[in-house]
Amino acid sequence: MATVLPPPSKRTRREAQLPKDTNVIPEDLPFVQVQFRAADTGLVTGGMTRVPGNSTAKQLELLLNGLLDTSDDPTPYTFSLVANNRAHISIDSDIYTDIIRPKHQTTEDVFTIEYVPQAIFRVKSVSRCSATMSGHGGTILATSFSPKDGTRLVTGSGDGTARIWDTDTGTPISVLKGHDKWVLCVAWSPEADVIATGSMDSSVRIWDIKTGKQLGNAMRGHSKFVTSLAFEPSHLLEENRGIRLASASKDCTVRVWDVASRTIIQTLGGHTGSVTAVKWGGTGIIYSCSQDKTVRVWDARGTQAKLIKTLNAHAHWVNFAALSTDFLLKTGGFDPFSREVSARDLENDRVLLRTTAKSRFIKASIKNGNVTERVVTASDDQTMYLWNLFPNGIVSEEACNSKPVARMVGHQKPINHVAFSADGRVLASCSFDNSIKIWDGMTGSFLTTLRGHVAAVYMCSWSADSRLLASCSKDCTVKVWDIKQGKLYMDLPGHKDEVYAIEWSSDGRVVASGGKDKQVKLWKH
Amino acid sequence: MPQNEYIEEHIKKHGRRLDYEERKRKKEARESHRISKDAQRLTGFRAKMFAKKRHQEKIEMKKKIKQHEKSTVANQSSTPDDPDGLPAYLLDRQNTNQAKALSTSIKQKRLEKAAKFAVPLPKVRGISEEEMFKVIKSGKTRRKSWKRMITKHTFVGEGFTRRPVKFERIIRPTALRQKKANVTHPELGVTVHLPILSVKKNPQNPLYTQLGVLTKGTIIEVNVSELGLVTAGGKVVWGKYAQVTNEPDRDGCVNAVLLV
Repeated sequence: MATVLPPPSKRTRREAQLPKDTNVIPEDLPFVQVQFRAADTGLVTGGMTRVPGNSTAKQLELLLNGLLDTSDDPTPYTFSLVANNRAHISIDSDIYTDIIRPKHQTTEDVFTIEYVPQAIFRVKSVSRCSATMSGHGGTILATSFSPKDGTRLVTGSGDGTARIWDTDTGTPISVLKGHDKWVLCVAWSPEADVIATGSMDSSVRIWDIKTGKQLGNAMRGHSKFVTSLAFEPSHLLEENRGIRLASASKDCTVRVWDVASRTIIQTLGGHTGSVTAVKWGGTGIIYSCSQDKTVRVWDARGTQAKLIKTLNAHAHWVNFAALSTDFLLKTGGFDPFSREVSARDLENDRVLLRTTAKSRFIKASIKNGNVTERVVTASDDQTMYLWNLFPNGIVSEEACNSKPVARMVGHQKPINHVAFSADGRVLASCSFDNSIKIWDGMTGSFLTTLRGHVAAVYMCSWSADSRLLASCSKDCTVKVWDIKQGKLYMDLPGHKDEVYAIEWSSDGRVVASGGKDKQVKLWKH
Repeated sequence: MPQNEYIEEHIKKHGRRLDYEERKRKKEARESHRISKDAQRLTGFRAKMFAKKRHQEKIEMKKKIKQHEKSTVANQSSTPDDPDGLPAYLLDRQNTNQAKALSTSIKQKRLEKAAKFAVPLPKVRGISEEEMFKVIKSGKTRRKSWKRMITKHTFVGEGFTRRPVKFERIIRPTALRQKKANVTHPELGVTVHLPILSVKKNPQNPLYTQLGVLTKGTIIEVNVSELGLVTAGGKVVWGKYAQVTNEPDRDGCVNAVLLV
């Protein structure tokens, strides 16, 4: 009878299960040839370079900053290997572990490495609820941060009021009373001097921020409830003309108002279904999405807006549209991370504000020498379309390219909300199928799916550095996602019921969320 | 008993009579004449059966009409009846289901602390062992009587196997086993047919809890996952407690009320 070996001890078994430490980089790695390429322009930087085979992403960053002459003010980059007929392989740690060991390429090949600049600043993820602000007597339906910074927040509620809050102290500042019914949408003017609210009682009201009083009378004209509001971007404003406001309504029209006199300038008709969202683009274009399955593009550069194009691609209600320049248009002349000008000093200097807004907009949206703006539309037909309507930078009916850049499929239920990241390179879509999907903002190609919510995802909001995304859902939670990893970064339970509205402030310090439990919560680091 | 689908086969092979459609239409057209004639002419048991059938049909019809009227009214009203408000992106959608309303009211109820440990049926009638168990005689000459059979409905968990006959002291008859319960939400009056997960407490006797006996007043755990309720932490609620409100052995079904 043969002797049976005793079974391995618990310790040895546990050690055998542990992942083996294979991250050892061999000593004798040869040099490899590397070519850098800009992701957005496709231009090659600095020809062939020989680098050690174990170079880390940090070292590549140093090298690239040297090649681009930005060593004194280095920009962070992410790198990815361009692979033929395959998705790009991102280099997270170093060349050996990410490329050579998985045998994507050998040391004999020339690596073409694409680089994408990242935000210099870093937004710290919110991790705790710093304030729970009660006061509203109804569901919170809309939230919006001041474009200036994250200290002022306005929320619209089902009790017919909107409230302004101080997010530093978590206290109310003023109550905007006037609407008879639910306040469905709120919007700050890009110069942060007035707030517009749209309501179920089909009126739009303008409020002064300092006093909290209504300016003039209610702007009546819509015959059904107001669904969405959009101010004219501040860099398009001229000296002799006041700011305009576009409001979308269930009565199938978009109305353009003069904010100073609170009179109607124009009614944009043509839709045959409820208009679900309106956006005022940085090139002077108004985009309106409707339940009649169309997106209409209006040229609003002159005093009168006129229809340029009707986009008929969707097969069901169009729910939302997002612009690649949304973050810029929202913040306008207040650069949340500018070192030179403090945003508070700008408050009274409108001219400076507008010129800053213009220079920021042009700097960020210029591509191949043209100012371009991409639009993505989300629909009930479970798809999204990415449009680049004016690729040459000329806004006219002839130059309009009504062919979509991409059709984005993958969601299994209607898509409710879509948002471009602050730098416009990535976009996130929230769907009723409990998932968030991340797409490339340039090409519309699919990147990843963020799963974790157990009920419909209603809305999401990007951090200012485009590294994190906050989402709110029917399952009573707010979740923060790490986009690079494609994983849940922070789960923030605390709401007692569905969360309907969320926004990350433009300076990245605070996230505000509100929903059916009638409380506004502030989340901070 | 027909051995095959021979009529269908014949029709397939040879087709129908040439005037089949016409005869059918005419017969259907005369159907109301026949019914009215029957209504006047029939007497006795046949008249009774006829009247009963007709009564049922009329009830069905009235229900259908009412339902139809209700749905058209609901479509006309553009403002949803949610008192606290809905965001613009949910306004034209009809996704406010019962389950959601249910969870909301459960949450509100929880705020009132007094209601935390109260159950709908605080007192129950005592059930004697003689009523609960039927003695089964065994042995070759039927003189042993250590075997019992439960006379009440029971819940038997998934994957239960009976013990060998020799050792099985208490028998839970398969015909009296229940898997699902009609669970009512007390405030909303919504009733849903939900799977039972376990028997948590039978007030009669801890032994009955172990055996899974369902009597009036028993606390059971039901699977509410299909309702889509979520906790404050963002997890799907899986099981909830309910109390049995009827005597299942009298009705043949389990009715329960959700504990909120």
